[in-house]
Amino acid sequence: MLKTALYEAHKRLGARLIDFGGWEMPVMYRGINDEHTYTRTASSIFDVSHMGRLIFTGPDAEALLQHVCTRNVGKLKVGRCGYSHVCNERGGILDDVIVSRYEDRWLMVCNAGNRSKIVAHLQQHMQGRNVKMEDTTEKTVMVAIQGPATMDLFTKHLPIKIGDMGRYGFVTGSYMGQKYSVFRSGYTGEDGLEVVLSAGTGAMVWDYLTQDGAKDRVVIKPAGLGARDTLRLEAGMPLYGHELSEDVDPLSAGCGWCVDLEKDFLGAGALRAIASEGPKRKMTGLTLEGKRIARQGTRVFSGDSEVGVVTSGTLSPTLGKSIAMAYVDSALSKEGQDLALEIKEERVAATVTALPFYKRQT
Amino acid sequence: MGVPTDRRYLKSHEWHKLDGDICTIGITKFAADELTDITYVSLPKAGKELTAGKPLGEIESVKATSDLYSGVSGVVTEANPKLGDSPELVNSDSFGEGWLIKVKLADVKQIETLMTAQQYDAQIAG
Repeated sequence: MLKTALYEAHKRLGARLIDFGGWEMPVMYRGINDEHTYTRTASSIFDVSHMGRLIFTGPDAEALLQHVCTRNVGKLKVGRCGYSHVCNERGGILDDVIVSRYEDRWLMVCNAGNRSKIVAHLQQHMQGRNVKMEDTTEKTVMVAIQGPATMDLFTKHLPIKIGDMGRYGFVTGSYMGQKYSVFRSGYTGEDGLEVVLSAGTGAMVWDYLTQDGAKDRVVIKPAGLGARDTLRLEAGMPLYGHELSEDVDPLSAGCGWCVDLEKDFLGAGALRAIASEGPKRKMTGLTLEGKRIARQGTRVFSGDSEVGVVTSGTLSPTLGKSIAMAYVDSALSKEGQDLALEIKEERVAATVTALPFYKRQT
Repeated sequence: MGVPTDRRYLKSHEWHKLDGDICTIGITKFAADELTDITYVSLPKAGKELTAGKPLGEIESVKATSDLYSGVSGVVTEANPKLGDSPELVNSDSFGEGWLIKVKLADVKQIETLMTAQQYDAQIAG
């Protein structure tokens, strides 16, 4: 199994480690609910180094990315990043990624479990194009610092200059001779940053950020993949392997906003056909009665007919309610629709709820 | 530090404590820690008959849903009424306040077939 450069730090912090996408990753340190709540109220740091980081250079880099991405990445300005899907010819989702435009290169951040598939996919479409791809995943570290106190901490107390970039902006810099990129992005529903830096300096920066000696500022505490999952679920964000897969298209997944049907790209034809007919089923938020959790695969009913299937569910730590995301027949996916879930032979009432379940105040 | 020696254990981490012919069943701290934050416990009502080795209910955490097993046969006399509103008691006091059910045993000797504290400790250490 692969280990990130922060592996020793996780062990020292007493993290529980699990296999995630071929990496040995921390699922929790103090407790999922505790880490979740701390992220919603203060600031947490997550090791997300397992995510793939692919760099593209060369005159045809933009054309390659336009060909594989659903998003019109040509519209991104230097210093901006954007969420996109990568689809096959049928419009099935191969991965969901963040593409960033640098002055002289592009960065694509992909899911850990899809990295080898995406690398092969891109290599195939690089043929005949003047472009170079470098997989920097194992040479770099990526951490996410998320929560309402994060931006204030970085602007006032920490030696990394981030300026006044907006959401989905990023800046590059160098600290003690090491280059870094800081992105104002994340996967928790909170404001925050994601930082990419060399593997060699990762552990030092992690230790510096998590030190709790500072009395004059909010302490950044570590959080694991368990809290990352409950946070993204409350924020209504899809997760590959749950809401997203090759059997699903971006329009049904509620991600039509990252698809530009005006441009040509892999899967565009199939997606235009789906768009003109309207998706048969849609990614739908559900709020359940009671406190039972609907796991992936739980069947959704309207009366006696099966009308959908749950992709993710949890007991929302912020709302105190059982919430789920599910694919539901489009006609039954309107807010307020009453449905039922079958949890261990029991029917549990559920109501369609607008996504996201949780929205931050500012 | 070992588990309490005043009770017997199942490999699947349930403890069984006998008082007269009433056996209280709960899960060990090790199991509660493994499950992480417990969100829901599904338990049988009083009057339900249990069979040794068979599931008695389910326990849910943020991470997963797991079956709970009974190591004894008998009739349920009570399910912990506090767990409906406070399932986290299983995390905070698994050997005490976080007990699950009480069962009236047909054969009190049956409990002696379960693992001793020492045997259980050896299992979780291994």
